[in-house]
Amino acid sequence: METLEYRFASAPAAAAETPALCGVVGSGNLEILVTPGAEAQSCAISVKTSARGFGDIWQAVLAAFAASHAAGGTRIAINDMGATPAVVSLRLGQALADYQGGGQ
Amino acid sequence: MSIPRHSYFEATARRRLAGLLDAGSFREILPPAESTPSPHLASLDLPGAFDDGVIVGSGRLAGKPVLVISQEGQFMGGAVGEIHGAKIVGLLRRAVAEKPAAVLFLIDSGGVRLHEANAGLIAISEIMRAVLATRAAGVPVLALVGGSCGAFGGMGIVAKLCSAILISEEGRLALSGPEVIETVAGVEEFDAKDRALVWRVTGGKHRYLMGDCAALVEDDIASFAAAAGAWLAGQQEAGPSLAALRATQTQLENRVAAYAAYRDGLQVWAALGVQNPESVPLLDRDSLVAIKEGLPT
Repeated sequence: METLEYRFASAPAAAAETPALCGVVGSGNLEILVTPGAEAQSCAISVKTSARGFGDIWQAVLAAFAASHAAGGTRIAINDMGATPAVVSLRLGQALADYQGGGQ
Repeated sequence: MSIPRHSYFEATARRRLAGLLDAGSFREILPPAESTPSPHLASLDLPGAFDDGVIVGSGRLAGKPVLVISQEGQFMGGAVGEIHGAKIVGLLRRAVAEKPAAVLFLIDSGGVRLHEANAGLIAISEIMRAVLATRAAGVPVLALVGGSCGAFGGMGIVAKLCSAILISEEGRLALSGPEVIETVAGVEEFDAKDRALVWRVTGGKHRYLMGDCAALVEDDIASFAAAAGAWLAGQQEAGPSLAALRATQTQLENRVAAYAAYRDGLQVWAALGVQNPESVPLLDRDSLVAIKEGLPT
């Protein structure tokens, strides 16, 4: 397992009351938990992944997400079981939408 | 039929609960943001899940208050670790105190999480005790089995300790899993790669024909909800009793005497009196229920 920590500048997200969870820690999949973060202008992301040595790719995928979405003021925690970059991107968008839509 | 179906088999544990309970009634206890992932998996350098693979909470089913447990089969095969087990036991103890109309136990598990060794084994035995204590308190525990992991190992035993089991054709129920039997006793004894055989021996249709399950349900979340609601409406929890246990023991001894020599569900179904047993795997749910209801008891 590898633990990765990132912080990206991102436009502020609309404040939400409840955390949101989406995805499952299954093969080729991941779960993403979005909770309120400390700073309105940035998004803190921590990743625990079963696949070692992909830090550069995580960095690129997460930076693209933070740049293209208003994810400021959130804290995102990820448990990953070998999801591909495309799956990670889709899940991040889904998790943020769930978070802003008031969870489930 | 053009009625939209939502496969129970394909759904995640959370989606199953959302579709099963009355809309908007689910309240999770220890949601992911407040729960703790397994420290045992972390010490083995494996990523955990925030909810440790099980969701517990309260809700309403057809207007009645229920407590619910839903195992996530996609995470480590729904296997029971220490925190996973503690959440289930805590929920069942809450049921003893709160006396809801029922506990719905959505089982999707291969049994003990071997990574957690003794902690997982102890968790399973505590769940068994808690299920019996809940029933003894007059609260029925209804097992729903229709996920990809079925109910195997310790969770197979837990399923049979519940007041009743609702199962779909896709669901499976047994003690040792097919791969375990093949590993221990050899491929001549049981070929775990023969999926049709696996289902003829452990699958929902076989379990229903054998009388191990109260109902056979379509692989559809709404069908599970309807069957659970109907079961609840017609049921009074008598609680576990010595007399019931003895009756079950006799029934199982008779089963061994009648069927132990058979190698395949097909032979058992023929002995049960099913005409054209080879047609059973292809029958739809309603046709199979009609056959079961026409069998001599």
